[in-house]
Amino acid sequence: MKTIKYTGLAIFLIGLTIFTASIFLGSFGMSQKELDTYIAEKNYKSEIIKQELSKAIVDKELNIFEFSSVVRDAFKTSNNYYDKLIAKYNAEKNWKKKGEQYKYKIFGKPHTLSYEIAKKSGKGIIKENSGLLWFLTFGLGIIGALLFILPNVILLGKPGIKNDHIYQNSATNRGLIAWLVLVYLVLFYLVLYFMPDYVVNWTYILDPISKTLNGGPASQWFVYGFLYCTIMLVMGVRMYIKYRHNKYQIVRTTSVLFFQIVFAFLIPEIMTSLNMPGYDFKNAFPLDYDFFFEWNLKSLTESGAIGIFILVWGTLLTLVIVPIMVYFFGKRWYCSWVCGCGGLAETLGDPYRQHSNKSLNAWKLERWLIHAVLVFSLVMTIVTLYCYFSGTSSFIGIKSQWIKDTYSFLIGAWFAGVIGTGFYPIFGNRVWCRFGCPLAAYLGLVQRFKSRFRITTNGGQCISCGNCSTYCEQGIDVRAYAQKGENIVRSSCVGCGICSAVCPRGVLKLENGPEAGRINPTEILLGNDVDLMQLVNKK
Amino acid sequence: MQTTNQLFMEHIVIIGNGISGVTAARHIRKNSDKRITIISAESKYFFSRTALMYIYMGHMKFEHTQPYENWFWKKNRIELKQGFVTKIDTSNKSLLFSDDTTLIYDKLIIATGSKPNKFGWPGQDLEGVMGMYHKQDLENLEKFAPDNNVCKRAVIVGGGLIGIELAEMLRSRDIPVTFLVRESSFWNGVLPAQESEMINQHIKEHHIDLRLSTNLKEIKSDENGKVTSVIIEETGEEIACDVVGLTAGVTPNIDFLKESKIETKRGVLVNRFLETNVKDVYAIGDCAKQHEAIGQRRNIEAVWYTGRMMGETVAQTITGNKRAYNPGHWFNSAKFFDIEYQTYGWVFSERNKKENEAYFQWKHTTKNICITISYDKNSHQFLGINTFGIRMRHEVFDKWLTENQSLEYVIEYLADANFDPEFYSLYEADIVAKINKEKGTDIKSKKKSWKRIFKIA
Repeated sequence: MKTIKYTGLAIFLIGLTIFTASIFLGSFGMSQKELDTYIAEKNYKSEIIKQELSKAIVDKELNIFEFSSVVRDAFKTSNNYYDKLIAKYNAEKNWKKKGEQYKYKIFGKPHTLSYEIAKKSGKGIIKENSGLLWFLTFGLGIIGALLFILPNVILLGKPGIKNDHIYQNSATNRGLIAWLVLVYLVLFYLVLYFMPDYVVNWTYILDPISKTLNGGPASQWFVYGFLYCTIMLVMGVRMYIKYRHNKYQIVRTTSVLFFQIVFAFLIPEIMTSLNMPGYDFKNAFPLDYDFFFEWNLKSLTESGAIGIFILVWGTLLTLVIVPIMVYFFGKRWYCSWVCGCGGLAETLGDPYRQHSNKSLNAWKLERWLIHAVLVFSLVMTIVTLYCYFSGTSSFIGIKSQWIKDTYSFLIGAWFAGVIGTGFYPIFGNRVWCRFGCPLAAYLGLVQRFKSRFRITTNGGQCISCGNCSTYCEQGIDVRAYAQKGENIVRSSCVGCGICSAVCPRGVLKLENGPEAGRINPTEILLGNDVDLMQLVNKK
Repeated sequence: MQTTNQLFMEHIVIIGNGISGVTAARHIRKNSDKRITIISAESKYFFSRTALMYIYMGHMKFEHTQPYENWFWKKNRIELKQGFVTKIDTSNKSLLFSDDTTLIYDKLIIATGSKPNKFGWPGQDLEGVMGMYHKQDLENLEKFAPDNNVCKRAVIVGGGLIGIELAEMLRSRDIPVTFLVRESSFWNGVLPAQESEMINQHIKEHHIDLRLSTNLKEIKSDENGKVTSVIIEETGEEIACDVVGLTAGVTPNIDFLKESKIETKRGVLVNRFLETNVKDVYAIGDCAKQHEAIGQRRNIEAVWYTGRMMGETVAQTITGNKRAYNPGHWFNSAKFFDIEYQTYGWVFSERNKKENEAYFQWKHTTKNICITISYDKNSHQFLGINTFGIRMRHEVFDKWLTENQSLEYVIEYLADANFDPEFYSLYEADIVAKINKEKGTDIKSKKKSWKRIFKIA
């Protein structure tokens, strides 16, 4: 069994290596004719870009890094040229000439411009053998990971909580392996968000699948979505094995897998193939922070009935459905049953759940940060909506474009992606959900003040062992409540149910019950002596 | 930092920073401004003794077993002193430490807990022989049994809760374990045969060499005084091993009191107010021995929960609300490898139950799930329940015990007591079917009712 396991690990690492190395393969360049077509398609009016790109990429065979570099230089040269002209005419106060120059400028992030042209310039083994490459990367990765995971059915022994050696293993105890995984994940996110042209080869691997699903070639976001689903599925298998004695975990894992694969991935792709705006029907604002951005509102209002339906649904989801569901079931219905971020955290992130910081200081930081992000997202949305309806570009002194860009960069990319997932192996699997997610903040407020959900503490049975607190991914010091006989009612609880699963004495139960008696901030039943209890509770 | 005020304040000194001592300190602080000092030789900060096993198994690190962050003590003005008390001079209210320093108290709480039993076996103090109680035992185990190369086999002597935990610990590192149990079936002085036998099987499923009705004769060593083997009393068989775990129960840790005026027997003798024979000296937790047993409890209760209750109680007395220790209905819990166990009220084993006590038992056909309900043969009054593999609500059973409900009532409303996680299979129907068949009754299981459950709280 162990041999199978380690063979699997080797196969997985081979797959991962080929996947990573595939970035460096193939060559990039265009014929003059292809370039002319591309420029016409893009409607670039600049003569400079034509010349520069011709020089840089026509009939060349560059690797992606060289390609990216020369293409970005070409765009820079072109834009610089016209910037100078603009400055010149500005100095001469020649407004007419100055105004004419703007149409030559090319807007967009350099790596994105480069990505778009790279996508059409690739040649070589990956593009030509996408099927084979899929097998050597995704295929080997999946087979290897499953071979690593499946023997656990036997190796873990009889069903039950099996957390042996978690703190004795480099991968799960912040050792070298954990740091290597962190570096890999962080680099992955940096490249994905900020240098997509470098990984254009990955999109070739998935082009056939993308074409089948939505009719078009794969983008870097398609790669991310596909990879996300694949990882969740494989690590979901791990969850099924590890928690096979615990039906709550089985059902919950099935639910997050379903919502990720069907709602977040398949439905939007199919909608795109039907010329509808691709929409994830479960992704609620303000987690879906660009729902009220001008471009989205414009796209939705121009998409006929389905667009209007999405607009109404998205608004209702946040204002009505989310709070009502939280009232009945707690925020867990979203955070650990439906949400994609939560889904990844509960599958890929499960081996790292013990790293969340349980200190009081971390709790203080959490409350400041998460509510600050909520306020940030709301201010941004108000500014955006005001500008959308009034046609202005700023509101109360805040520029709409600036605040959107800032939020997308700081919160959308860095916090949710690079830190949120990249730091799993060191800071635990819910960094984003605990400290950053504005939707979680909103759900948390509802959960704390108006909900039937609580974790019930079973009388005086707690032995203060600390398993619950250690394995709480949200950094809640569960034991602090349990050992006093108090129920756990905390805004940050995502209801993953692991505290209850790891408790050796059957002390904790997640349940939805009447609001009365939900919060019991009194010391109950420890002394088990009615008179003493009354005395202890008298302040 | 000590303020002038504190110097004039009554000084409460607690020897022992386990659950009893720390609970007492917390509640004294809640109710008063008295100066509080907790003394421990084992560790500076309070940790959960019951969690030591999880450190060895890699579920947690030592810091995770500490229920309070380190700043907690200063913030709550609870002074922590590391030291070993060798003598108590009650006439001068003074403690003498092993480093010859002294400390003056106004009121003293002895909460020194237990130590593992040693029954005078030859070789019981050799290197590689250990209990599993103190933090130092864990460090010892890490030294002598870091893996199955250093420790080729371990022998555990004594089939109780700590013994089975030690077996689970060693098995987590694939160390072969021989488990010597004096009784003819695991823990059958406490558990009914059905459950004891289920645990026997479960132990074996975890690849443990379980030897029932087997006693230790002696422990042998090499020339360096390190364990090499044990000899079995009954057969004379020699079993080679590198570690011997002595887990045949615990005994109060009170040797340092021998020369004091504090009256002791096996434990520190206390009355219902947890007062010793000497004024201003109290004893709580594992080390205390009641003059007369309370109800069907033992005089010495070495249980986490009772230690905590005694801590709460003595804190009330010391802060001016004199309270008797009144522990209410018995409850306890444990985990045997993968099988959780809870008990509410009294269920005695066949060996120890009284003439009027009868069982109703149910066991799942394939899974390790079963219950034993003890009831009065004549009145059918419900006396207690053992539950294995099903979690049950403490408050509900506490209420039923107080109300003297009948066996039939408990079965009828059993759904109210279920505490298993959501989506778990329910067994009430099975259980009801069994009792109806066995007793010819016509009980119909009532659906779980929040109303009934919450009337309780």
